[in-house]
Amino acid sequence: MRASLVSICVGAAAVFATGSALANQDLIQRQQNPKEWAQPAGDYANTRYSKLNQITAQNVGKLQVAWTFSTGVLRGHEGNPLVIGDMMYVHTPFPNIVYALDLKNDGKIVWKYEPKQDPNVIPVMCCDTVNRGVAYGDGMIFLHQADDKLVALDAKTGKVAWTAVNGDPSKGQTGTSSPLVVKDKVLVGTSGGEFGVACHLTAYDLKTGKQAWRAYSSGPDDQILLDPVKTTELGKPVGKDSSIKTWQGDQWKIGGGCTWGWISYDPQLDLVYYGSGNPSTWNPKQRPGDNKWSMTIFARNPDTGMAKWVYQMTPHDEWDYDGVNEMILADLQMGGTTRKTLVHFDRNGLAYTMDRDTGELLVAEKYDPVVNWTTGVDMNKNSPKYGRPTVVSQYSTEHNGEDVNTKGVCPAALGTKDQQPAAFSPDTKLFYVPTNHVCMDYEPFKVSYTAGQPYVGATLSMYPPKGESHMGNFIAWDATTGKIVWSNKEQFSAWSGALATAGGVVFYGTLEGYLKAVDAKTGKELYKFKTPSGIIGNVNTYEHNGRQYIAILSGVGGWAGIGLAAGLTDPNAGLGAVGGYAALSNYTALGGQLTVFALPAGN
Amino acid sequence: MRMIGGMLAIVAVTILQGAPVSADASGDPAAVKEEGGKYFDKNGNPTYKIQTDGTVDWFTYSGFRRYHSDCHVCHGPDGEGSTYAPALKDSAKTLTYDDFIGVIASGRQVVNTARESVMPAFGTNPNVMCYVDDLFVYLRARGNDALPRGRPAKREDKAEAAKKHEKDCLPTQ
Repeated sequence: MRASLVSICVGAAAVFATGSALANQDLIQRQQNPKEWAQPAGDYANTRYSKLNQITAQNVGKLQVAWTFSTGVLRGHEGNPLVIGDMMYVHTPFPNIVYALDLKNDGKIVWKYEPKQDPNVIPVMCCDTVNRGVAYGDGMIFLHQADDKLVALDAKTGKVAWTAVNGDPSKGQTGTSSPLVVKDKVLVGTSGGEFGVACHLTAYDLKTGKQAWRAYSSGPDDQILLDPVKTTELGKPVGKDSSIKTWQGDQWKIGGGCTWGWISYDPQLDLVYYGSGNPSTWNPKQRPGDNKWSMTIFARNPDTGMAKWVYQMTPHDEWDYDGVNEMILADLQMGGTTRKTLVHFDRNGLAYTMDRDTGELLVAEKYDPVVNWTTGVDMNKNSPKYGRPTVVSQYSTEHNGEDVNTKGVCPAALGTKDQQPAAFSPDTKLFYVPTNHVCMDYEPFKVSYTAGQPYVGATLSMYPPKGESHMGNFIAWDATTGKIVWSNKEQFSAWSGALATAGGVVFYGTLEGYLKAVDAKTGKELYKFKTPSGIIGNVNTYEHNGRQYIAILSGVGGWAGIGLAAGLTDPNAGLGAVGGYAALSNYTALGGQLTVFALPAGN
Repeated sequence: MRMIGGMLAIVAVTILQGAPVSADASGDPAAVKEEGGKYFDKNGNPTYKIQTDGTVDWFTYSGFRRYHSDCHVCHGPDGEGSTYAPALKDSAKTLTYDDFIGVIASGRQVVNTARESVMPAFGTNPNVMCYVDDLFVYLRARGNDALPRGRPAKREDKAEAAKKHEKDCLPTQ
């Protein structure tokens, strides 16, 4: 069974896969085969961990470039390729080209898919035209295009099997996220929080592309697929109209809560997990209330979409701390028992460890000591504010009000971590987290909503924390205690997804363009290589013909390319002066390249 | 969309001494006239007025704010450009006032094999169009190196005329 699945006959496997369970079973088997990289994050649990151990802490210093591939596109390259059998699937930012490369034949292009998309979608995408990669299932490659279409491509030929229209870019709805195949469905989110879009997670039938269910982040119970009695938050039923009663009037209709991050799945509990983004606008004064269920972790049934539990991390957001970052599912030893946990490193600077079955909050701690907008989460189960972060009024843009510049808020709007996914190693039991070490001034003001136009409502400027010059850290985190185990400084934000391996090595990329390998136990740097452009992609690994390969997409851009390309200003260095923080443009330029590494032959 | 330009009530007209500055595409940016807290050059184009202690006029300050809400996500902080969108401080120098406003209202596309640059049309967006002069004045000041990077530390007060214009221009929700 394994041999035939790993072979190139992925199309044949699909033909015989008649039931939904089979497609799912195929994916689970593939993710257990470390030679492949079959899921966007490597596995359903989003661990970004590989059992491959040919490359070790002892020999990684000998790593060499094995082969490279130019994508032909010059904007920000997020995500990572998939490896299915002998084929590698490489995606690009807009225009969202997909290449199928034959690993048996020096990466020869077997097929190329380039959709025709209206270029008017480009400026509707907040913060560059990124795409976080394709998904695989049932012999098909699923691409979430910039124009918010979900396309199914035959994995063998690149031929379009079906197209589903998930949203309308003329209303600000766009696609940047990676889909996830679960059972007989493909799940996909939406971007558009800066355009007043009411966002949702939608499930499509794997075979036909027909919509199966859609769960909005805000609105009436039947649209957000919450059961007033059965759906819980921190163990208590959410009650009737839990979302709309936390908005003024019908503001929930333009409420954001976008779903552009990563999706996880636990096959045993049969639950999918993802987070929702910021409420629109960025001006908190204009939208009184908790703005549920923006900034929320959702656990949903993949067949019906119905939520089992929810948890709103940042009620009434005042800083654009989207809650979309990945949910990593790990079984951890806590208090003498094994807990099925969900670990989430939020933009708001807090790392949450939760029971992923019940939604119980176990740990909520700062994963960067400079985080200052909150003194922490109320962990007293008897408190009326249980589970809520305590906001420091000095850094509250709601408290300080419109047309007031709130200074020195840490983290900045791009969060202590953005979408760049962390990794978890079951060997060390540690999480490896690429982080931003940036603070901001934030001034909200009144804005007016026009469909398809930006709906922002705040001015902000970003800079490193006071007295510091580095803008990123790469940390190892113990999610059972909520403590940093080790931390490496990075000159710029660490905006690349990490990879942990059984070889005891952890990999990540940097905005200057370095691929770095560090010791999983100590964080000691073991290897680095400067790729042609800055890295905002995610490292992954696969094995072919007995050799382990490490792959990374270069191509600077994204949020990081906006804020950092010109360098950040230092408010403490005098009136608007540019401080000693060298601009990223002094280190790297646009590019779009896959670089693949291996040990020298014979090692 | 309501008219946004040229409707400020003339509260005061003052002839100001303009220091000689090198000309940009709109001409000499030196302010020679003030109407309701808004400054104009000798050709009648909106311009900035920055005092020796760094105090900026209201419209330059307002332009800083609006730029960093609606423009910076593509064009980078302080009009400096990003990895994919041009530095608008340079555009304010090379485009005339009329052309500058035209691009903001109607958009612009450069799509070819090497690049896909698409500037959206903001003509229907009051958050941009009500402040289009503010944006021009701010970026003109940046382009002529009259204003350093970052938030202006001191500013003139918001004139009544500017408050009235904002009230008349922004739709109420």
